[in-house]
Amino acid sequence: MSMMTVQDAPSAAAADQGAKVRIGVRGLDFYYGSFHALKNINMNFHDRQVTAMIGPSGCGKSTLLRIFNRIYSLYPEQRATGEVTLDGRNILSPSIDVNELRARIGMVFQKPTPFPMSIYDNCAFGLRLYEKLSKSELDDRVEQALRKAALWDEVKDKLKQSGMGLSGGQQQRMCIARTIAQQPDVILFDEPTSALDPISTGKIEELIEQLRADFTIVIVTHNMQQAARISQYTAFMYLGELIEFGPTTKIFMEPQQKRTLDYVTGRFG
Amino acid sequence: MSDAAITPSAEAEVKWGRVRQSRRIQDRILRVGCTTATALAVFVLFWILGMLLWKGGQGISLDLFTKITPGPGSQGGGLLNAIVGSIVLTFLGIAIATPIGVMAGTFLAEYGKGSKLAELVRFINDILLSAPSILIGLFVYVVLVMPFQGYSGWAGSVALAIIALPVIVRTTEDMLRLVPNGLREAAAALGAPASIVIRQVSWRAAKAGIVTGILLALARIAGETAPLLFTALNNNFWFNWNLTGGISNLPVTIYAFASAPYDNWQQLAWAGALLITGAILVLSIAARALINRK
Repeated sequence: MSMMTVQDAPSAAAADQGAKVRIGVRGLDFYYGSFHALKNINMNFHDRQVTAMIGPSGCGKSTLLRIFNRIYSLYPEQRATGEVTLDGRNILSPSIDVNELRARIGMVFQKPTPFPMSIYDNCAFGLRLYEKLSKSELDDRVEQALRKAALWDEVKDKLKQSGMGLSGGQQQRMCIARTIAQQPDVILFDEPTSALDPISTGKIEELIEQLRADFTIVIVTHNMQQAARISQYTAFMYLGELIEFGPTTKIFMEPQQKRTLDYVTGRFG
Repeated sequence: MSDAAITPSAEAEVKWGRVRQSRRIQDRILRVGCTTATALAVFVLFWILGMLLWKGGQGISLDLFTKITPGPGSQGGGLLNAIVGSIVLTFLGIAIATPIGVMAGTFLAEYGKGSKLAELVRFINDILLSAPSILIGLFVYVVLVMPFQGYSGWAGSVALAIIALPVIVRTTEDMLRLVPNGLREAAAALGAPASIVIRQVSWRAAKAGIVTGILLALARIAGETAPLLFTALNNNFWFNWNLTGGISNLPVTIYAFASAPYDNWQQLAWAGALLITGAILVLSIAARALINRK
C-alpha cells in the first residue's frame, strides 16, 4: 500500500450515504475535571447502521460513547459542552430528563453486569421502570428479548434462577436482552466482547449483526477485525480527536489520513 | 548441586554460611515470639471460656428458664425475667438502630459520596464507634431518665440503639462501597433513578453484608451492662411488657448477683454469663455463615 497524503481536516463529512441521521454531534468537547478529553468532535450516526469507534487506549472513544446516554453525569467532575442531538433534540440541554433519555438509549458494558436477581427480573428491570404491563405482557416482552439475544433456549427453564449463575458470555447476552427489552432507539456497546472467550465473542457479533435491523448501534472496540466484520461506519479517534470517519470499507482499505493508515495497518496502537 | 562449576568457593561458603546462620536465628526468634504470643492469647481465652463453662454449666437447669430471679435470702430461682427482658431490650435497640443506621450508611456510600458533610458524619460516627459505653448510659440517663423521673425499658433500648448505631452505619457503608460501580451504572443506563438503583441494586447486592453488620451489632449490645445500669436498671419481678419502668435484664442481673453474698445468686450470675456468651457465639457464627454464603 502506498503512503497517503495527509489532509488538513478530518473527513467527518465523508459519511453521507442514504440512512437518516439518528445522533448528530456538533462541536463537542469533554472534560474530566480540568483534563480536556474530547476536542471539537463533529460526526453523525445513522439509523439502523453499526458504527464502530476504534483507536488506541485513552483516545476518548469510550468517553464519547458515555456522552450519548449522559451516563457521565453520574460523576459531578465530568462535563460536556457543545451539542449532541438525538432525532434533532439536544440531549445535553438541562431540560432533558436523563432517565427517560437512558430508557431510549441503551448501553451494554465491557464487563457483564448482571443484577443480583433472577434472570427474569434482570430482563424485566427496565420494562418495569417505564411501562405498565400485565404479567402476561411482561412475560412476552422478556421472552422476545431473550430470543432476540439468542439466550432463550439456554435459560427458558431457569428464568427464576439468579442471573449471576450464568457464564460470562450468557451474562453478557442477558445484559443485551435487558437492554433490548426496553425497545430503545439506539444501543451503545462499550467493548462488549473484551472480557469474553472467542466463541461467546462470535455469538455477540452475530447478534449485533441481527440487531442492526431494529436499532441504531454504536460500538467501541479495541479489536480492529471486529470493527471491520460488524460495522458499516468506522470512526478512528486519537488523543481526544476524531481523526477520520467514514464507511468501514473506506477506513480500512483507503484511509485518507496517515495516522488512520498507520493504525489500521498495525504500525501503532 | 553436583556440578562443580556452581559449587561456591571456600570464602564464599564461609560468608554465606554466616548469613544463613544469622537468618536462621532471626527466623527462630520471630517464630518463637509469634507462637508464644498466640498461645498466650488463646490460653487466656480458653481459660475464660473454660471457667465459664465449668461454673456456669453447673447452674444450667430447667429452673433457669422457668423461674424468675429470687429475692435476697430466698432459695433457688431462675433467670426467666432477665432473659426475656434482655431479649426485648436488645431487639428493641436493634429495631431502633437498624433503619437509622442503614439509611445513614446509605447516605455516606451513595448520596453523600465525596461530600464534606459525609466526611464529617463519617468522622463523628467513628468517634461514636469507640465511645465508652458508660458515657452513652450517662447521656441517656440525663436525656431520658431524669426528665421522666424513672428508669425505663425504653431508655435502656435507646442506650443500646446508640451503641449499635455506629456499627450498623459503618458496615452498611463499607458493604455498599464493595458493590461495583459498574452495577450502578448499568441500572442507571436503563433509566433507573438513584432511588431505584439504591433500593433494587445496591442494597440487594450488599444485603448479606448489611445483615451481617446488624447481627454483629446485636452481638455487641447483647452483653452491654454499663448503658443499662443508668437506664433500664433492673428488677426482680416478672416481666410484664411495661417498658416505662425498670426492666430486668441479664447483664445488670449478672453485675448485681455476682457481687452478692448469696450462693444461689452467684450461681445464677455464672449461668447468665454463660447464656450471654452462648448467644453471642451463635450470632457471630450466623454472621460468619452469611458472609461466607456470598
